[in-house]
Amino acid sequence: MSVSHAARRTAADLATMPAPPVTPLVTRLTRLALGAIVIAVLVAAWYEAEMNPAQLVRDAGNMATLGADFLRPDFTDWDVYFDAMLETLAIAIWGTVLAVIVGIPFGILSAENVVPHWVAFPIRRVMDACRAINELVFALIFIAAVGLGPFAGVLALFIHTTGVVAKLFSEAVEAIDPAPVEGIRGTGGTWLQEIIYGVLPQVMPLWISYALYRFESNVRSATVLGIVGGGGIGMTFNETMRGFLYSQAAAILIIVVLTVSLLDMVSQKVRKRFI
Amino acid sequence: MAAALQLDRVSKTYGVTAGSQLRAVDNVTLTINDGERVALIGASGSGKSTLIRIASGLVLADKGAPGTGMVRSFGVSVQQGGRLSREVRRARRHIGLVFQQFALSGRLTVLTNVLVGALGRMNAFRGTLGLFNADERRTAYAALAEVGIQAHAAKRARELSGGQQQRVAIARALVQGAKLVLADEPIASLDPKSAKRVMDTLVTMSRDHGIALVVSLHQVDYATAYFDRVIAMDAGRVVFDGPASQINAAFLTELYGASAEELILPSQFAVGASVPAETPVTQTVS
Repeated sequence: MSVSHAARRTAADLATMPAPPVTPLVTRLTRLALGAIVIAVLVAAWYEAEMNPAQLVRDAGNMATLGADFLRPDFTDWDVYFDAMLETLAIAIWGTVLAVIVGIPFGILSAENVVPHWVAFPIRRVMDACRAINELVFALIFIAAVGLGPFAGVLALFIHTTGVVAKLFSEAVEAIDPAPVEGIRGTGGTWLQEIIYGVLPQVMPLWISYALYRFESNVRSATVLGIVGGGGIGMTFNETMRGFLYSQAAAILIIVVLTVSLLDMVSQKVRKRFI
Repeated sequence: MAAALQLDRVSKTYGVTAGSQLRAVDNVTLTINDGERVALIGASGSGKSTLIRIASGLVLADKGAPGTGMVRSFGVSVQQGGRLSREVRRARRHIGLVFQQFALSGRLTVLTNVLVGALGRMNAFRGTLGLFNADERRTAYAALAEVGIQAHAAKRARELSGGQQQRVAIARALVQGAKLVLADEPIASLDPKSAKRVMDTLVTMSRDHGIALVVSLHQVDYATAYFDRVIAMDAGRVVFDGPASQINAAFLTELYGASAEELILPSQFAVGASVPAETPVTQTVS
């Protein structure tokens, strides 16, 4: 309605109306420059990443072989895969358990409401470093230190996950209600007793939930760790791929997907009970 | 015997860096004697809570001039010149604290919350690991019985009503073997019936065990009904310290002017007025 109403206005009417504000030239040029920069980055990254969609078509034969084999998963050696999957789970379990054990004190010591800044600050920076470096990188480092195998994987997950849980744990501590802690302090309790009776009861449900969540994601990470030599099913998967045994690789992937989904479901159920 | 609580020229200023400073507590000197029951009244923001938190060392007083800012309890130093004393934990062991919001660990059982009172006297290692012995458990259970909630001992503290939680806090002070209980607005977030029950429990505990009691209150009717001595605060200063019998609506209006309205609520006066006739506790007080 308002459109047709506007349309009926004559040129003379329009001349009397105030002109709408014009976007300043500087703003328009800035927008143009920003757009040009975005496009330039995209183009540069395209060549840097050697993007070549034609390759997918040119090597269609390879793709077909791969796809055909993947559609016929070969479970002949299922017991080998099963053992390897157990090894991956074991890596995730110990990587997570060690991280939680170490993450608890570091988490508390990096919470600014229970320790002074000069304690929290350096510990936080160390935890940042643990978190900043991907577990794959840690795996490569530990493979150099302790050799190929699951132990290197455990150590890699342990260090990286410690950085993650310490941060999550300390955030939970920083969000507590201070009153129960003052209640303990008022009775003449020590600092450690304040933590145990005032802080821990408040953060425990969150901590358990975070630890379980990290376990879930560590099972996924442990699978990948094997590919660089950190043991477990990833290692087996890598061998089958290198041997062009795509049917067996497909079987392994199916086992991984099933295990991870199952664990996610169970862990999610358990976590919900604690929140 | 040293006084239950001694404050010497204690001040607390908030927001020192900003342009506006708030003198929450202004040069307060007072003495609470052993076994004495004192009501601390005043409108919100008059400095009652800050004073109680300073007395327990949860808040540090201003540094002030040398020799000022001293807090002692039964001869043991809590703080001095803006610093916590080395013996503060020893002082706190015989100071029981009761807070407006109860300050219990909600997920722990009622019994554990009361056992926390024993921490100060226990071997630190045993206390940290929660290895309470049979005697300590029996003492805690008896304290719960004394405040009338032993039936809830195994429940989580947060499952209890506000009035019940406040009585858990009182039981904790009993287990602590407190010789002085500081209660900061213990009934401010309770319904009238629970409030009366909590005040009865506090005063009974004080009388039966000879515990000195300082209770900060909004409601003047409770102050006059339960206490002999009343300390009134306004803008961080003690403006009255004397017998409760002197306190009445006219006196409060003179003391506080318009803000006296906050202290005298007609409906609450009705609750307080009925208290002395019903409870033996207040009969001995008055």
